[in-house]
This record gives sequence, C-alpha cells and structure tokens, in this order.
Amino acid sequence: MKISRRDFIKTGAGGVLGGVVAYSLPSILRILAQPGNAELPVSAAVIGEPQWEKHHWGFIADTEKCIGCGRCVVACKQENKVPWDEEYNRTWVERYVITEDGETLVDSPNAGRDGFAEATKNSEYQNLEIRKSFFVPKLCNQCEQPPCVTVCPVGATYRTKDGVVLVNQEHCIGCRYCVQACPYGARYMLPDAAQTHFGQVRVVDKCTWCYHRIQKGLLPACVEVCPVGARVFGDMRDPESPVRKILREKRVYVLKPDLGTEPKVYYVGFEKGVH
Amino acid sequence: MEGFVFPNEGIIEWELAIVIYPYITGLVAGAFVVSSLYHVFGMKALKPVARFSLVTALAFLLVAPMPLMSHLGRPERALEIFLTPNLNSAMSAFGYIWLMYLLLVLVETWLVFRPDIVRYARSDDGMKKAIYSVLALGVYDLSEEALAVDRKLIKVLAFIGIPAAFLLHGYVGFIFGAIKANPWWSTPLMPIIFLASAIVSGIALLIVLYVVACKIRNRPLDYHCLRALALWLGGFLSFSVVLEGLEIFSMLYESEESWGIISELVTRKISASYFGVQFVMGSVLPLFVLGGSEIMRLKEPTRTAFSCLSAMLILIGVFAMRWNVVIGGQLMSKSLRGFTSYDPPLWGINGIVVAAGFVALPFVILAIITHFLPPWQEEAKSPPRRKLSF
Repeated sequence: MKISRRDFIKTGAGGVLGGVVAYSLPSILRILAQPGNAELPVSAAVIGEPQWEKHHWGFIADTEKCIGCGRCVVACKQENKVPWDEEYNRTWVERYVITEDGETLVDSPNAGRDGFAEATKNSEYQNLEIRKSFFVPKLCNQCEQPPCVTVCPVGATYRTKDGVVLVNQEHCIGCRYCVQACPYGARYMLPDAAQTHFGQVRVVDKCTWCYHRIQKGLLPACVEVCPVGARVFGDMRDPESPVRKILREKRVYVLKPDLGTEPKVYYVGFEKGVH
Repeated sequence: MEGFVFPNEGIIEWELAIVIYPYITGLVAGAFVVSSLYHVFGMKALKPVARFSLVTALAFLLVAPMPLMSHLGRPERALEIFLTPNLNSAMSAFGYIWLMYLLLVLVETWLVFRPDIVRYARSDDGMKKAIYSVLALGVYDLSEEALAVDRKLIKVLAFIGIPAAFLLHGYVGFIFGAIKANPWWSTPLMPIIFLASAIVSGIALLIVLYVVACKIRNRPLDYHCLRALALWLGGFLSFSVVLEGLEIFSMLYESEESWGIISELVTRKISASYFGVQFVMGSVLPLFVLGGSEIMRLKEPTRTAFSCLSAMLILIGVFAMRWNVVIGGQLMSKSLRGFTSYDPPLWGINGIVVAAGFVALPFVILAIITHFLPPWQEEAKSPPRRKLSF
C-alpha cells in the first residue's frame, strides 16, 4: 500500500476531528437537554425557592463578645455532618493571648470545639503577665473576589448570586488547589469515611453559611446557637438587617485586606496580628 | 506541629506525588531543549545525544500526568479537566498544554526516526516487521525530497517545541507563583525559576544517561559532546542559582510581615534540604566542580567523571528544590504563626514506594523505546538485521 503524505495527513486530520466530535457529543447533548433558566416564568419563583438576586448576605464576628464556648463549632459539625476530628472544620475559634511584653500567643485546641476552659494549654499561660486575651471566631469569608473560585480547574467551586461560595461536590475532582489558594485556611478535603458528610468523600468541603438554612429564612447554625450574639448574620441589601445596623454603628475590619479578596465576614474589635 | 496553625492545616494536602510531578516535567523540558539545540540551532557537538534526548523527553512526558492523576481525590473525574475546564484556572490549562506537547513530541519523534522505521519495516520479519509497519503509518517514501521535507518539519517542530516546553514547565511554576495566599510561593520569579532548574535538571539527566548508556552498550564516549553538555549545564546552572538566590534575597531585603516565618522555615524547618542539598550540594558544589574541571585542563575521562558527578548532584539538588517549594510552602501556616509537619509514608498511594515507581517508570519506557528505535546514530546506520540492543 502506498499513501502519499498529503493523503496521510488528510486521513489523519479527519480521524482526529471525528474523534473530537464523537467524544464531545455526550456533553453537547447534556447541555441541550437542560432547560434554559432564563425561560422560567417569574411566577415560578414561589416561597422556598432560592431568590438569588434579592439578597446579598453578610456576617459579623464580634471578638469583643465571643466567650470561646465552642458551641458554634459543635453546632456546625452536627448541622453539616462535618467530621468530628480537629483537622476538619467549617468554623473554628481561636484564642489570642497578648502578654505585657507584647508577645502574641494563639491557640485553638480541637478547633475550639470543646471550649477553652479545660484546654491543656492553659497551664502554659499560668505564669505570664497577660495584657489582654480574646477569642476570634473564624469561618469562610465568602470573599467577593474569591481566589479559590479562580483556581478551581473544573469550575466545581463557584459564587452564588447572593454572594456565597459553594462547592459542587458531585463535580469536584479533589485536586485541592482551592485549599492552597484560600488565605484563611477555610477549606479542607473530606476524609475517606462515608459515615460523615452525606456520603461525600475525598472532595473539598467548606463553610456555606448554612446555605440550606438561609434559603429558608433560617440563620446559620453557628449564629443560631451563639449564646452571646458574637455571630451576626443578615442581608446587606436590607437596611434594617442586624448586619447593616452593626456596620453603621461600629468600625469593622476584615482579615488580610491586603490580599484584595474582599471578605464579607466583618470583625468587630480588631487587634494587630489577627490574620 | 509547632506554634499555631489553622486547624484545617493539620493535614498536608499536596504530598510527595506533587513533588514528583514538577520534577518529571522539568526533566522533559530540559531534555527537549537539548534535542532542539541540535535540531534547531545546529549544535553539531550534541549530535550523539540529539535523538536520544528526544526519546528521553517523550518517555518522561508520558509519565508526567500519572503522579497528578494518582493524587486527585477523585481520579475517576480527571477527564473533567478537559470537558468542563474553568479557563480562569491556571491548572485547567494542564491537560491542553500537556496534550499539545505530547502530540508535538510524538510527531517530531516519528519524523526523526522515520527513515529507521521504514528500513526496519522492509528488512525485518515476523513480529518485528509488523511492529515497524504499524509505526511507519503507511508512509514508506524515503526519497531525497521526502527526507528534505521531513528535515524541514523537524526543524519547525523543534522550534515550536522550545516555547512549548517553556510553557509546559513555566506553567508549573505559575501554579505555585500565582498563589497569593502563600508568601513562600507567591513571586513572579517562580515560573522562571522552575524553567531554569528544569533545563538544568534535563541536561544533567542526559549527561548521566548518556554515560550509562555508553557503558551498557560498551561504546566509546563522545567527549566532545559531553563537554558541550557540561558547558551548557554550567551556564544554565549559574543562571538558575542566581535566580533562586535573588528570590530569597529580595524576600530578606524587603522583610515583609511574612519574612519572620519564612526565615524560620529556611533556617530551621527545611534548612538541610534548602541550604544543604539545594544550594550547597546541588548548586554551588557542582558549579565549582564543573568550572574547576574546565579550568584545570583535566584529561577527558577524569573530566567526564567530574561532570557525571556534578550532574548527579544537580539531579538531587533539583529534586530538593521541588521538595522545598511544594512541601516547604505547606509546612508554613497561613496564620504566619507556626509550622505543621510532614513525613511521607513508605507505603500507600502517596508513599515513597509509589513515588519511586513514578520516577523509575520513565526509565523503563525509555529502555523500551530505545530497544525498538535505537537513537544512536552509528547503530541506526548499521545493517538492520543486527540485534537491536539497548
């Protein structure tokens, strides 16, 4: 058999093109099969359905009120089936201790899950001259410019129109680039244990501000259980929301503002050295 | 664990496989550059390793995505990176860049070896004839015009291949350099640093492989070629050392908030692998040995022994560099207040054994390729009935 180079290239190119078309057919069909969201009639938006455009959620964490009881951490773990171990957290509490000579000591035993009263580290603070001490609740900042969303290679993590960053765990490939990109340590990969977190394993998980609850007009679990009102949640579009009220009355700060991520967890009572 | 780390940072997310991956792609880029120095820039001295470096690049390129795949939480979804890419993500480019580069290297290899393939297909018999006939892809034209077209195509591909190789590896550097959350990674120098060390590691690998292959085949070494390789190695190594030094020096000089933790990282946490292996053993020492053996006018076999030694040190040093970037960056907490720890396990998918397997696999593939397509020019010219040994 003798094939000229021209014919060889022609046949080869045809084969490659055919392969590409055949391979992309399923995804094309999948896209065609989906009903266009834009065509939904307005009346379809009944109570209980997500109302994306109506809200823009915001969060206040008050370090002057937090008492470090850790109920928020427990409530979060129970509500969202977060693994109980200390390496897996959607939210946690840090304790800052600043000594008279200006040294800052930070700890978060078991992510603050069990509170700080019995914490083994307490003995280390016994002989220190302490200037002040406070607790800092941490959770996902639901950044306006989320670096985690930028880096996700498959678009599994995304920002909703009401400003919450979510992960499609059916789509996440578990590369963990987003974990590296989050400056706040808010993300983690679910372990290979099917008992926790609705059967999802080896995909990335993060705080959603209890998206399933706030869609129904409920508060995030951590806000719900906080005994001192150190966590406040609300709609930034609503002038009467508690978040807007605090933003009017108090001076607030966000974590690592220099990175340009535009966090939406606003901290009341800020201290140098809190990252 | 030491100091304070965010609770979720207790687990190192990118493990040994992610150290191996930039190491392997770096070797690809470096080996390809050597082959292009001959095919594009006509460095005649590199002729003995020109074809060999091309198949070396191919062998390592085939393995490059494997550690990445194995490290995914859900490897069965790996193809999503092709099907639903988020084009804002640097990582989503991986599949496309890799595939494009693979096609390029495959086509160039085929063109370079085509005359041999056709000769073998015509003269061998049985199983071998079948293999070579398949490899010939039905093109048996070995006329002078056809070969001239081949040569032109090879030159074009080798030329395009240089920026492609730079893209493949510069991109790996960008993956780290573009993470603003991590002050140890976040520098625009990162892609260039990765590129320079990639070329260094590729040339070093070729020196070692060429010497070993000649010993196995019991052939004399081409000292002219080895000397050229050693000179290129020294040149790129100087460039690479300057860049890596510049990076840490500007961090020290600027002394931003993160410098406190970074200085602790390099002086305590990874001091052995950073200063010891990456800088002293893997960069400064080989530079002196390479430079010294050039200045001292040593005899060729001695000089070769020294370049070989330098090349091996460099290969270890570049591996340490990958480790220091990938693991070092994760040891440091983003709270800038402490360190987590990492000791790779021996067994398991993320263990040392599997990682060693990934590093060894390209050599096996290379041995198979060179068995069927001997890249040695003098052997390829000899009668095709001869046993095709490594």
